[in-house]
Amino acid sequence: MSIGRRILVTWVLFGMAALIVCLLAPLVGSTSISLRRVFDSSIPFEDNADAQIFFVARLPRVLAGALVGSSLAASGVVLQALLRNPLATPFTLGVSAGAALGAMLALTLNLSSGIAGFSAVPIASFAGSLGAVAIVYGLARARHRGLSTNVLLLAGVTLNSFFSALILFVQFMSDFTQTFRTVRWLMGDLDVSSYAPLMAAAPPIALSFAAFAVLPRRMNLLSVSDESAASRGVDVHRTQRLSFLSASLATGAAVSLGGPIGFIGIVVPHLIRLMVGADHRLVLPASAFGGAAFVVACDTISRTALAPLEIPVGVVTAIIGGPFFLWLLIRNR
Amino acid sequence: MATHKKSIIAVALLLCVACVALAQSSPQRIISLIPSTTEMLFAMGAGPRVIGVGNFDRYPPEALTRPKVGGLIDPDVERIIALKPDLVVVYGTQDDLRAQLERAKIPMFLYEHAGLQDITSTIRELGRRIGSAKESGALADRIEAEIADVRTRVAGRPRPRTLLVFGRDAETLRGIYASGAVGFLADMLDAAGGTNVFDDVKRQSIQTTSELAVARAPEVIIEIGVDTASATGRNLRAWDSLASIPAVRSKRIYQLRGDGMMNPGPRISTSVRRVAEVLHPEAFQKIESRK
Repeated sequence: MSIGRRILVTWVLFGMAALIVCLLAPLVGSTSISLRRVFDSSIPFEDNADAQIFFVARLPRVLAGALVGSSLAASGVVLQALLRNPLATPFTLGVSAGAALGAMLALTLNLSSGIAGFSAVPIASFAGSLGAVAIVYGLARARHRGLSTNVLLLAGVTLNSFFSALILFVQFMSDFTQTFRTVRWLMGDLDVSSYAPLMAAAPPIALSFAAFAVLPRRMNLLSVSDESAASRGVDVHRTQRLSFLSASLATGAAVSLGGPIGFIGIVVPHLIRLMVGADHRLVLPASAFGGAAFVVACDTISRTALAPLEIPVGVVTAIIGGPFFLWLLIRNR
Repeated sequence: MATHKKSIIAVALLLCVACVALAQSSPQRIISLIPSTTEMLFAMGAGPRVIGVGNFDRYPPEALTRPKVGGLIDPDVERIIALKPDLVVVYGTQDDLRAQLERAKIPMFLYEHAGLQDITSTIRELGRRIGSAKESGALADRIEAEIADVRTRVAGRPRPRTLLVFGRDAETLRGIYASGAVGFLADMLDAAGGTNVFDDVKRQSIQTTSELAVARAPEVIIEIGVDTASATGRNLRAWDSLASIPAVRSKRIYQLRGDGMMNPGPRISTSVRRVAEVLHPEAFQKIESRK
């Protein structure tokens, strides 16, 4: 099969899978609703509890899961290629720790007023992630003409620990109820309950995906070595910058939307590679769709398994993702 | 030999009695690490004997003048011992602190949050322990009478289905925490004449999603606690997106602020009354207008 055909088949198959999961997910939940009532336009929306559950509670939540899942999975692919390290995740370079610190501060200081209708916690966490990106980027460029991936990795890991210490300090200083809320934030929560947070997260994610679209071929060449990529006409430094900034932007937006939901950025890309091979032209779109499907499915479990109680979605992704990934490793040996 | 044994037992018994008597003699240097027990001590007139309080103790204002000796997770044992207390009120889960105080032979009073009735029983027990049985008895009686008064006023009235929220991210419907069917918040709602929409959730708290809030269809929403960030109308308007909730449509959403609402201490009867007043305003107006 030609590569063009394989790309098409990958897009169609994984796109369909993601679409099906996203269509089915809003149909189930802790409450049973009647689809006929949901779409019954003769009942005013204010009186239609089923429609409100569907359109206000579930649909934004499913869309948030899809956005977060595809962003984190795609960022994982890009960062693994950039760092040539299969263990790299969207959270390796300190972006999520920066986002978490921002969110912790907003929760602990009880910042109430947001900007332009968006609430304080996501804004603070997005700002935190941008701050972390700026620091890591600045460090990686400081003594290097391009972007030193070694410095990037070390600076990211160090910044992660540093921010984690600050997070612990903020938690330690805060009140009990606040401590609980901050810990809960770290487990991930997609119950956005309106479309505004999606609107806020969509532009940076769209920007990142526009960058992701031009990356796959260059990433294939870069995964061999910088020199061979350069000899084939790839602007190595530019590609590295674009990879790092776009993956970080997507991660920051995703984390500010749903919290640092773990395991997606590493499990999904590797799972996809086991299915489609290592060509980034296939891995990147398949991971984006696969990540969306995986998070939406996990969130559906989180909403329904112990209803009316809810299992934090980050717990579900790790509990399902971890063993599943290990099983795949053994099976494919 | 038998008499020898007997005398040993007698001495041991005597020692036990002495120890108990020593422990029971009214303590003069009390440290309380938990906001609610600190409040109880002050409310029963033992404030002058309180020489150290927890980091989170805010009430009464005199409590703020006492040295702070840490909180639930991070009690400052050195500081506690240095203050030479003769009684420390500790929380049941502070195992390390208990072990250390035991080694230092410092008497303790163990406490854990529970239901509404446990508040007054704790007050009585704590009062007996510090030799203020009379004062604490009077305090507990007064609290019980005030709660009973509220119960009488709301008796026989329809009990609105109520969502009792004690935490929510400001200006959004994210991170909503509500009272489950267990604990003093649930008891408080019950005493105030409300039906908990989560009376099937046998836990102290539940994280409430927007779906659950719609599905449970509360007729009244009460938001309490210090961290219900802003009391502004804008904050309450977050609920408007779920207009099918009866409480939203009838605009029966209330914020009851103040840390007393979240504190299972002697101010509980006031808290019960505040909840009852928003659930059953007519039950309180009538009697007041008669006065």
